[in-house]
Amino acid sequence: MDKELRLMKGNEAIAEAAIRCGTDAYFGYPITPQSEVIEYLMSEKPHERTGMVVLQAESEVAAINMVYGAAGAGRKVMTSSSSPGVSLKQEGISYIAGAELPALIVNVVRGGPGLGTIQPGQGDYFQSVKGGGHGDYKLIVLAPASVQEMYDFVKLSFELGFKYRNPVLIQTDGVIGQMMEKVELGPQEVLRTPEEIEKECPWGTTGKKPNRERNIITSLELDAYKMEKFNLKLIEKYKKIQENEVRFEKIECDDAEYVIIAYGSSARIAQKAIKIARAKGIKVGLLRPITLFPFPIKQIRELIPQVKGFLSVEMSAGQMVEDIRLAVNGERPVEHFGRMGGVIPAAEEIVTALEQKLIGG
Amino acid sequence: MTEEIIIAGFGGQGVLSMGKILAYSGLMQGQEVSWMPSYGPEMRGGTSNVTVVISDERISSPILTDYDTAIILNQQSMDKFESMVKPGGILIYDPNGITRVPKRKDISIYKIEGTKGAAELGNSKTFNMVVLGGYLKIKPIVKMENVMEGLKKSLPARHHKLLPLNEKAIKHGLTIVEEVQKA
Repeated sequence: MDKELRLMKGNEAIAEAAIRCGTDAYFGYPITPQSEVIEYLMSEKPHERTGMVVLQAESEVAAINMVYGAAGAGRKVMTSSSSPGVSLKQEGISYIAGAELPALIVNVVRGGPGLGTIQPGQGDYFQSVKGGGHGDYKLIVLAPASVQEMYDFVKLSFELGFKYRNPVLIQTDGVIGQMMEKVELGPQEVLRTPEEIEKECPWGTTGKKPNRERNIITSLELDAYKMEKFNLKLIEKYKKIQENEVRFEKIECDDAEYVIIAYGSSARIAQKAIKIARAKGIKVGLLRPITLFPFPIKQIRELIPQVKGFLSVEMSAGQMVEDIRLAVNGERPVEHFGRMGGVIPAAEEIVTALEQKLIGG
Repeated sequence: MTEEIIIAGFGGQGVLSMGKILAYSGLMQGQEVSWMPSYGPEMRGGTSNVTVVISDERISSPILTDYDTAIILNQQSMDKFESMVKPGGILIYDPNGITRVPKRKDISIYKIEGTKGAAELGNSKTFNMVVLGGYLKIKPIVKMENVMEGLKKSLPARHHKLLPLNEKAIKHGLTIVEEVQKA
């Protein structure tokens, strides 16, 4: 069969992927620059295509709590928003992580803080990776750098979410959300039957049967020792995720004396910067973290013997750079270059930053 | 082959859909494409622009600071993008509403009377297709059959009756583009 290729916006690719991979429900509230997700879902009428429920909630807080409820019943469920909206969802996200439920949250990041701009940003890295909500928890965080990855990572998010019973966040931005690229679509999958859900999610609130105890979905535990035991269990889970689920891409790193580390749209611009720098004779490569948690610590450390320094390129004041510094542990200089507020760095600026901060310095 | 294009004009001129049709045409002939619109406050009235990249290779940045070709459809865009054409690159503009013609000597400049051409066809909405035709005359990076396939993909099925008119507009554009200067 011929490949099904389409020119799509990143936001539309997220929505189409949700329908195709058999998502049970989407709850959301519109906000630029991600409104195309819910607009596309509404216009596609997925309830007629697969039985998927799409609902515009009265607020972001309502949407994330609808996600919490549906996830507790073992449903494949998701929401999407942009920075200020995702901030509103943080309480719910912490509860979902505390109740160990799979769910997908998409954040199409804009410049901040506050209401900020509607242009792209990456200033939500700390919120995504360090836990924007309260308590000791982690999300699995995926950072797509193309519209194809926007499509592919929806299915991947649910696979990882159900495998680890953990919420997954796709952190992207207005560039990848608004741009159109070629997307190869996968086959249409059918929704799981109630029986299949019960089998896959024996922990779910799918209706108590006489042959089992009640399933209780909660993040509340008043006994401190029991709570600590649960915390330790979470740490074990996150360790397993760190060991098994790191995803990254290396570009022109083989002979690199300098390595740019960038994710998402910044990684796309960095690829252009590498071409410009290499034409000037600078041996530079790119390491692109695809998972922001788990962070590619080992892969960064493996580059230390060959490189003279690392440059973190982010559309932020410097957030991921802290994780790179922790990984490198002082063995090489690690510098940061960023534009903020919705300003997108130019490839030439990245090259200049590399020259001034690492090569000249 | 990599062609990096900016198309810039007023909202409502069909800038974004022209870019989309061009990108779809590239996709139809198996190339890598990216289409990055301005989506900021400018799309809520005023100027509109889109960056399209068509390439045989994986595309690095979809956002650019210099371009192989700039298609300029109003004065504000001329002021902003003339300086961002690569040396030896191409600038195509519709003189309608242009008060300051391009000054650069190191680029090739072409003029297309798109507004007039669309009026001659009796449908001002064909403006962007007339301009697209002019561009394809100068840079035939996509084959006409693929442009028509791209058009078919871009237009909702209910508008497919307009395909012949659009084809006519593109072909009209091929004939009316004029060379102003060669780099």
